[in-house]
Amino acid sequence: MNGAADPARRDFLARLGGAAATLALAPGLTLMAGPAEAKASGGRRWGLLIDLTRCASGCEGCVKACGEENGWAGAGRPATDAQWIRKVTVKDRKSGASAGLPVLCQHCAEPPCVDVCPTGASFKRADGVVLVDKHICIGCRYCMMACPFGARSFVHEDVTDQKPHAPRGKGTVESCTLCVHRIDKGGQPACVEACAKEGGAMIFGDLNDPQGALGKALARGLAARLRPDLALGQGVLYRGL
Amino acid sequence: MARAAVFAELRAGRPGAVGIGLALGAVVLLGLIAAHAMETEGHVITGMTNRVVWGMPHVFAIFLIVAASGALNVASMASVFGREAYKPLSRLSGVLALALLLGGLAVLVLDLGRPDRLIVAMTHFNFRSIFAWNIFLYTGFVAVVGAYLVIMMSPRWAARVKTAGTVAFLWRLILTTGTGSIFGFLLARPAYDSAILAPLFIALSLVFGQAAFLLVLLGLARFDGRPVGDQLVTRLARLLGLLAAVALYFTALQHLTALYAPARAESARFVLVEGGIYTLLFWGHVLIGGVAPMVLAWHPAYAGRRGPAILAAALALIGGMVQIYVIVIGGQVQPLPLFPGLIVEGGVLDGGVAPYAPSLPEFGLGLGGVALALLGVALAARFLPLLPLRLADD
Repeated sequence: MNGAADPARRDFLARLGGAAATLALAPGLTLMAGPAEAKASGGRRWGLLIDLTRCASGCEGCVKACGEENGWAGAGRPATDAQWIRKVTVKDRKSGASAGLPVLCQHCAEPPCVDVCPTGASFKRADGVVLVDKHICIGCRYCMMACPFGARSFVHEDVTDQKPHAPRGKGTVESCTLCVHRIDKGGQPACVEACAKEGGAMIFGDLNDPQGALGKALARGLAARLRPDLALGQGVLYRGL
Repeated sequence: MARAAVFAELRAGRPGAVGIGLALGAVVLLGLIAAHAMETEGHVITGMTNRVVWGMPHVFAIFLIVAASGALNVASMASVFGREAYKPLSRLSGVLALALLLGGLAVLVLDLGRPDRLIVAMTHFNFRSIFAWNIFLYTGFVAVVGAYLVIMMSPRWAARVKTAGTVAFLWRLILTTGTGSIFGFLLARPAYDSAILAPLFIALSLVFGQAAFLLVLLGLARFDGRPVGDQLVTRLARLLGLLAAVALYFTALQHLTALYAPARAESARFVLVEGGIYTLLFWGHVLIGGVAPMVLAWHPAYAGRRGPAILAAALALIGGMVQIYVIVIGGQVQPLPLFPGLIVEGGVLDGGVAPYAPSLPEFGLGLGGVALALLGVALAARFLPLLPLRLADD
């Protein structure tokens, strides 16, 4: 966090700005509304570097942590359960060489989900975090058709045990929020925190800050984006594939 | 048909009228019940998943919306291209277009995760989204075709018919371009991501709309005991055969261009050769919806015969539904190429061919839309002078 303003004061101002558009669903439970940008600084671009050489193939630490943090642990129906982050294995056809990697919302600079969303419910904050405004998501799922990474989930049934910081709604679309509720307070996404206790394959930080942890890690060697042919400028990069 | 046509509403008290009305109403009700169940229980009661996110309701909705645009063929032939023989059919052509669009949109809206937020879709627009543009294209179509109908039915505006017809003709070309582009703009999916989808959808619309028009015309005329000449029927069918050939041409082009590009070839091979049920459905549609209507419409053995013409239209519609199914579902069941050239394995979201089995509520909702369109046409024909009393060949 390089913002000079007192976080508590900034928080208050952001709440004031968003009050008109933020609806209280129940005591202590509100849905995220448009002016979430109030918290995002345009100078920063949050991102992740995932080092596949440190990502153990059987490890699901990031997936478990995300599910617990954001309350999307499934109903036991894998085809329709939400999956904000998942592990996939890629294999070379001939050699059989393989690698496992977590796939989540890639927080693209040019997000196809935002482009295709008819109502503007899919939006990108000034700091590059791509989110869904659940007040105006009509559940058309066009963003899911457009996402090259299968990173979005549709809430197919009633949800229980919601977390106040990650409201969900049947009939709307959702995906990784990069744990905005944590990073806006200077913290790290839950997956990154969990990964640090395992292989430490994930580094979170500001892509625009060459002196930060992420900037320094990126300077140590080339990292690549998924589907570079699409030129979407994702905020999530991978090394070691 | 050199004489000025005398238009009239369908007569009251025809045998079976109440039964037909009730049956269509019941299917519409079934669709509403299905939609209600999908909203209260969630989409978990459908066959749709996080991988096959658009299912059978979308197949029905797209089919109906595409057909709506094509149903205007006959009116365009008369008003824009000056084919006098089609003039008496123009009113029905316009009404059918509106009814089919209404049916398709109803299905599309009721399948939304939050259909209660329709007002949000009408008040919040992202103009980078082709979907948002389609909202304007659909509502504009209703306005343009509605005005065209009023002008056609008001003798004092006879001089304006050509202008109104031309606007409606251009509008529906743009509308179907928009519908095709919903898929054409999906850059990440090799099954779509092609500009060819826009003209393909226009070609499909011409086929579906022409076939639907032929069957609805004969159905209404038969119901009311009005004569329809064999010549007129076979003329409509011959045009249908020609349009089916155009649609096949664009379908061939769609897959051949995909085969040529290595990044998309796998997807084309899936549909053409390796896709199991989807391959079967694809070639089935080529035969049923393409070749058969062409043969039935054009083979000298069937010339001037009404039965083959009706069969051609019915097969074109069945084949058309199958083709939309292959495009919509067959395009989604293929794995996303996260790493082109590498095999991706994982849970249900990655690798392999995704399973999809449409559920009863999905069929209920889709058929409800079809019934709504038919009910709309039937009611319009009952209360408005849409059809001439005579469509005999003399």
